[in-house]
Amino acid sequence: MFTEAIEQILRDRVTPEAVRAIEKGAAPTAVWDALEEAGFLELLAPEAEGGAGLPLPALAPIFTAFGRYALPVPAAQSIAARALLRDAGVPVPAGMITLAGACRRTPDGVLRAPLVPFGMTSGHVLANVDGSLLLLDATQAQRVPTGVRGSLCGTLSWNSDAVPAALGGNGEEVRLFSAAIHAAAIAGALDRVFGMTLQYCNDRSQFGKSIGKFQAVQHQLSVMAQHVASAGIAAEMAFSDAGQVPARLPAAMAKARTSMAVPLVAAAAHALHGAIGVTEEYDLQLYTRRLHEWRAADGAETFWNRVVGEALLDRTQGSVADFARTTLCAVPA
Amino acid sequence: MSNLLDAFHLTALPPEAEAFRAEVKDFLKESLPPATADIRARSWLGFDAAFSRRLAQRGWVGLTLPASYGGAGMDAFRRFVLVEELLAAGAPVAAHWVADRQSGPLILKYGSEAQKDFYLSRICAGTAFFCIGMSEPNAGSDLASVRTRVTRCEGGWRLNGRKIWTTNAHHCHYMIALVRSSGVPEDRQKGLSQFIVDLSLPGVNVRPIVDLTGDAHFSEVTFDDVFLADGTLVGNEGGGWEQVTAELAFERSGPERIYSSIVLIDCWAGHLRRHGASDADTVLLGSFATQLATLRSLSVAVTARLVRGESPIVEAALVKDIGTEFEQAIPALLEAAIAADPGQEVDAELYRTVAYLSQISPTFSLRGGTREVLRGMIARGLGLR
Repeated sequence: MFTEAIEQILRDRVTPEAVRAIEKGAAPTAVWDALEEAGFLELLAPEAEGGAGLPLPALAPIFTAFGRYALPVPAAQSIAARALLRDAGVPVPAGMITLAGACRRTPDGVLRAPLVPFGMTSGHVLANVDGSLLLLDATQAQRVPTGVRGSLCGTLSWNSDAVPAALGGNGEEVRLFSAAIHAAAIAGALDRVFGMTLQYCNDRSQFGKSIGKFQAVQHQLSVMAQHVASAGIAAEMAFSDAGQVPARLPAAMAKARTSMAVPLVAAAAHALHGAIGVTEEYDLQLYTRRLHEWRAADGAETFWNRVVGEALLDRTQGSVADFARTTLCAVPA
Repeated sequence: MSNLLDAFHLTALPPEAEAFRAEVKDFLKESLPPATADIRARSWLGFDAAFSRRLAQRGWVGLTLPASYGGAGMDAFRRFVLVEELLAAGAPVAAHWVADRQSGPLILKYGSEAQKDFYLSRICAGTAFFCIGMSEPNAGSDLASVRTRVTRCEGGWRLNGRKIWTTNAHHCHYMIALVRSSGVPEDRQKGLSQFIVDLSLPGVNVRPIVDLTGDAHFSEVTFDDVFLADGTLVGNEGGGWEQVTAELAFERSGPERIYSSIVLIDCWAGHLRRHGASDADTVLLGSFATQLATLRSLSVAVTARLVRGESPIVEAALVKDIGTEFEQAIPALLEAAIAADPGQEVDAELYRTVAYLSQISPTFSLRGGTREVLRGMIARGLGLR
């Protein structure tokens, strides 16, 4: 139910034109306000407090849809942040809140958050600082853009006098939420990219027939589809926990699996589109640029496969099949 | 498939299926013949008639066949649990595998009452082993070009021709053979029929073919004027193509397309736990578990659609293709991993298991439909015009 209503807003407001404008520096107010006014930032808030009271699994299709539309605001991050702040008993600040899953303190007390999604445009950052949960005012930070065209990501630093006290010891939940959000975003963008490529292969003709008639093209599309399907189900698995926050190993597996799919699917999509696919004017790049950014966000596949591998090595009994079934998926299966 | 992600949704196995798992694990603790990892890595190519009979005595061969025919009348979810436990353990299930997976379901769907009565109970008792009569020396991927033929005679048919790459034929009692029953080869899918061939009949000759690992897991079967009585035709004369397509759907939609290398992963993980794991090993092991988790979820999603009465042919082929890539990648990557330090002795059992799977893994993407054929079929099923 929510997914359809949210997709309606995405279809109407988050057009490729709107995405381009926001990337160029236009205020994202219209998009943000549309989501906020419809109550879609309070999906996790209890119904008694005016929220939707959604369980975690209901977030997967919504966050995937955000990726499918290249949503250029931290809606998913704000939904998660609001839930974590509420749990910490802290009033939720107005405006866009993003997540920083891996912050470090330098020896001189400066707090650095590398490659924060929407770091250049957010008002607040909910951060994991070595396991502590902190709410940081982004307007107090030095913001350094990545320098990559169209990216809203930035590395943020706070001087020690701008760093507040910790709100709790559950900073790791920020990392897990952020990783799971990126897994879903990747799955959505992969799905979009696949759909565009399939359409193109049907529409584009060369040598007297649509290019989709060629075996080499069919095979590449087939392999793309396999990885898109794997990524989609991985994203669902990340949010399959009965609790409030994505469980660690399913989130790890999902970020690893979705990240692994990016190079293959992005490359195949561009290969099948030919030159038009690398133009700014054609929409494919809105999604493939994000796929690359999101693969690297919160750790790519090596980081998270290491987490999974360490957990598997720690077990003393059972097969890898038992581990995959019981530990990498929260759904009792 | 309009929206690709809609074709596969995360599905939980029902509680009864999950409860059944404990029974299967207990059975395996008692009844799995002890064997080294390289032997168990044969997976469903491992033949052990006694094991199959013990499983049958438990009521677990022909799990999805109706109780009235000797089956357990259980759903595909239950079979999924049974299959994944058997394969993860490397149980020697070859004897009953084909009968359970496809021959029984085919006879149930298309067979006469007499055929169902005769064969299904024997399949479920573990006393009738079946093999697949499809490929021929000149008809592999192009199955419609089969030339083995039957001609009508008094009381039945005369069968002439040959089948090849028939897994386990030399151990089986019956073959369900796709043959031409009318017309000419140029008619292709038209004029084909399926027959149950008793492999002990005069004129049938089974020649095991040794494979590169030294096993003889498959055979060539020649038919020299074999008499097939009337009751051996399955379904309709001329309905062979439709029937074989349904049979292939059964063949492709189980969870066995992802589990062929699990015994090796477990062997390697045990080795790492005993001797220590480098960071690269840890990451690699994690990547195997990551991929296995999503493949399994995709396979459960396909099973859910089977249970709903759908025919997820394209989805099953999609999972088979990426599943077999995974199965093949494991020995390929571990071959490099175990040779990281040439001065380091490699555990002999691990080495043999890697070697066996490296040698046999090309068959993973050949059997049940080659990769190249499946990819074209998947692409068309996805909406390519």
